Amino acid sequence: MKKPYKIAIIDYQMSNIFSITNALDALGFESKVTSDRSEILSCDGAILPGVGSFPEAMKHIKNFNLDDSIKDFINTGKPFMGICLGLQLLFDGSEEIENSCGLGVISGNVKRISAKNKNMRVPHVGWNHASKNKLLYNEKNIGPLCSLNDKDYFYFVHSYCVEPDNDTDIYTTTEYGGNEFCSSILKENIFACQFHPEKSGENGLRILNEMFN
Amino acid sequence: MSVALRIIPRLDIKGPNLVKGVHLEGLRVLGKPESFAKFYYEQGADELFYQDVVASLYGRNSLQDIVSKTAKEVFIPLTVGGGIRSLNDISSILYAGADKVAINTSAIEDPGLIKSASIMFGSSTIVASIEAIRQPNGSYLSFTDNGRNSSNKEVVSWAKELEQLGAGEIILTCVDQEGSGSGFNYDLIKQVTDSVSIPVVAHGGAGSAQNILDLASQTQVSGIAIASLFHYDYIRHNRYIDDFNKEGNTDFLKSDRIPSNIESATIAHLKSFLLENNIHVREL
Repeated sequence: MKKPYKIAIIDYQMSNIFSITNALDALGFESKVTSDRSEILSCDGAILPGVGSFPEAMKHIKNFNLDDSIKDFINTGKPFMGICLGLQLLFDGSEEIENSCGLGVISGNVKRISAKNKNMRVPHVGWNHASKNKLLYNEKNIGPLCSLNDKDYFYFVHSYCVEPDNDTDIYTTTEYGGNEFCSSILKENIFACQFHPEKSGENGLRILNEMFN
Repeated sequence: MSVALRIIPRLDIKGPNLVKGVHLEGLRVLGKPESFAKFYYEQGADELFYQDVVASLYGRNSLQDIVSKTAKEVFIPLTVGGGIRSLNDISSILYAGADKVAINTSAIEDPGLIKSASIMFGSSTIVASIEAIRQPNGSYLSFTDNGRNSSNKEVVSWAKELEQLGAGEIILTCVDQEGSGSGFNYDLIKQVTDSVSIPVVAHGGAGSAQNILDLASQTQVSGIAIASLFHYDYIRHNRYIDDFNKEGNTDFLKSDRIPSNIESATIAHLKSFLLENNIHVREL
């Protein structure tokens, strides 16, 4: 049985949106892959996915006039989720390939993963932890990862990571090669993560369910 | 703590069937790939690797149907290789539900494909596959078409070139060890992992959990692709449940013979063993 909840998967033709559709299907959510403004705004929740390079993605978003639609959706206060590049695009800008501007919804920038030890490989590919921001979320079960803990694993695949200006936007951090980076943000109705919930097995499905239930 | 070593069941596909050979030859039918995939997902596989073993030979690609069925019930990354020749082929296999594509033959024929594909789809989507075979003079050359045809690409320098071209990962199959259960080619794998800074997944030679532990402790591999060890375990536990397709050599399935030089292990058992020996792997 479908849940009475419709999720827009924002399509700018640069994503593997099929795994997100499959995950939402398995959870019983109705979803719509769309780049149509009124259709996006009519949905109860939205996901900004993303695979590929930052500048290319911003070009596509602008070509489809999606920048305003995304911001307007966020302003409705309905749950909005960014995944992987969909997290990075929310920031002011990125240094990937060439410096370019992002959507500017979250202040901060996107930087290449920096190596502290020589055995650290980039891209960061595989299963890693996401520890909640101790200052804000210690002992508090808030947000889409509320039922998960620091020992749980999520699937990452990326070469760049976000650096929010405000520590209060940081929801989880992840350690890789001796460095800690921001692996997800939580701000009002926005949750966005560097890892892929749709590819993180049962833990990932729980995040999607928590986000939109 | 950092990123966990990935344990990746490798499923060789021929037509509608899961098959397994030795040195990539003499393929035997084992069953339906989707059934194995679901079982491995539930057992804690970190990723799945589908390789269409005859696609580049016949220029056909029968994987899409299997991929889309799998992607509906398996929520871990799915890498798909075999017969990928163009940006359009990549699009259509991603469209079917793959997360990454593995490219060998057409990368050797046209290295520019790796470059344009990594710009278009992102490096992290493009896995370069190398099939290494030892030459009489002791060097290793990269082979194409599932270990059938030689190229002039020396393995270590080709790996470096693939990294430069933008590949996000390398999967290295040591064909001399493949399907033999004789242990990995630790030296070659070490040479390749030491010469690139992108993740390397090793395949070919796992005959026991100890072999896998040795590889994990001796080299900087990011993942290990394993076929026989897991497949034979699945068959021991699920014999004849599968309504496998009759195409291909099914004598093996009827004969009850599982090669004695290959242990069988579940993913969960293998991971507990690795954890006991201080190798960082993901537990469910």
